[in-house]
Amino acid sequence: MGTTDAGRHAQVVVVGSGPAGLTAAIYSARANLRPLVLAGEPSSTSDQPGGQLMLTTEVENFPGFVDGILGPELMQRFEEQAARFGADIVRRRVTRVDLSERPFRLWTSDSAGQEESVPDVSADCLIVATGARSLMLGVPGEDRLLGHGVSTCATCDGFFFRGQEIAVVGGGDSAIEEAVFLTRFASKVTIIHRRKELRASKIMQDRAFANERIDFRWNTVVVEVLGASKLEALRVRDTTSGEESLMELAGLFVAIGHEPNTALFQGQLELAANGYLVTHGGSSTSVDGVFACGDVQDHVYRQAITAAGSGCMAAIDAERWLESSKHRRP
Amino acid sequence: MSDSVITLSDSDFDLHVKSSEVPILVDFWAEWCGPCKMVAPILDEIAAEHPGKLTIGKLDIDHNLDTTRRFEVMSIPTLILFVDGEPKVRVVGARGKAQLLQEIQAYL
Repeated sequence: MGTTDAGRHAQVVVVGSGPAGLTAAIYSARANLRPLVLAGEPSSTSDQPGGQLMLTTEVENFPGFVDGILGPELMQRFEEQAARFGADIVRRRVTRVDLSERPFRLWTSDSAGQEESVPDVSADCLIVATGARSLMLGVPGEDRLLGHGVSTCATCDGFFFRGQEIAVVGGGDSAIEEAVFLTRFASKVTIIHRRKELRASKIMQDRAFANERIDFRWNTVVVEVLGASKLEALRVRDTTSGEESLMELAGLFVAIGHEPNTALFQGQLELAANGYLVTHGGSSTSVDGVFACGDVQDHVYRQAITAAGSGCMAAIDAERWLESSKHRRP
Repeated sequence: MSDSVITLSDSDFDLHVKSSEVPILVDFWAEWCGPCKMVAPILDEIAAEHPGKLTIGKLDIDHNLDTTRRFEVMSIPTLILFVDGEPKVRVVGARGKAQLLQEIQAYL
């Protein structure tokens, strides 16, 4: 894999390279469709090649891995498996799509960082697997102190908070998983949650409650992130009393949920009110020949295994769609 | 890896960075950092495409805490471009090749 030119036509183009996109690639490749996977570009958020699992540690619930497997390693294996059957995986970001006629046209980031003036990829059918990305708090100070105490990646940055007090915002599985992981380094991890109970699964809750280094701050929201050159404190508000107070901390990790990466498709594919892609009859979208899978169309389950399962569905739907004679190219 | 990619440590960091005749882009990374691994091949490519104009210096933070602290690195990957021994550009977090080149282009 490289950052070389993508420019070409492919029968099947997969946008995204998380569990959904790479499973779709494995199935399409095994059907001899030589899929082109536009895998995205590196970043330190979940919006990167490999997707959200690239920022996790141990994945314990992916069937077949009895002792668990590291998220990045699991994605490496997905990728190798897709490549083994002939998927062409290219680390480029799609910047624009035109789904108004077939073949569909896509623009990707070229080596100068500018959008190609002409579309550099065309596709008979498209599988959208762009996933979802982590939400940030959107409070004053957060952007400015990103990388200076505010982090989007516990596995990358936990190390820097050895012996220090930090906070995780959120109440779902991701928040608890991060908090438990961070207790390897931090002397104390406070979970700040806007409700008075966690949304996380029972097993994760039990782990959090049993961990002596984890503390809870219920019914609390972060109002402001404070610090001169690095994070020093949070201004938080108690949602029941309305009272504000300061929490002195060295690190802040945000895990408050996700939003789908659908900006590329706005006005071209039907989106639900919550921004997720609408699929029907398996993986079909509102445009004939465009299929969607994984978290970009699933706000309910959002697991690696469900994403992979829906990637398989999309590949099979795409293959059958191509086989129907009216779509076959000469 | 070519000659333009070197490994740095706490003990030889200043020697390399201060004496370098070309800008040196230092990659603060660690084995356990997924995004760092994504950036590494991009840095190799950039080095290969700019022979004689840029050195890439790899600093494994696990074994070189002094330098990591000295430059207040709190998130990896962090890339710092040193020109004539002085830090000029700081990029925190992984980036694509085009974006990285844009950040350092003025000094190449």
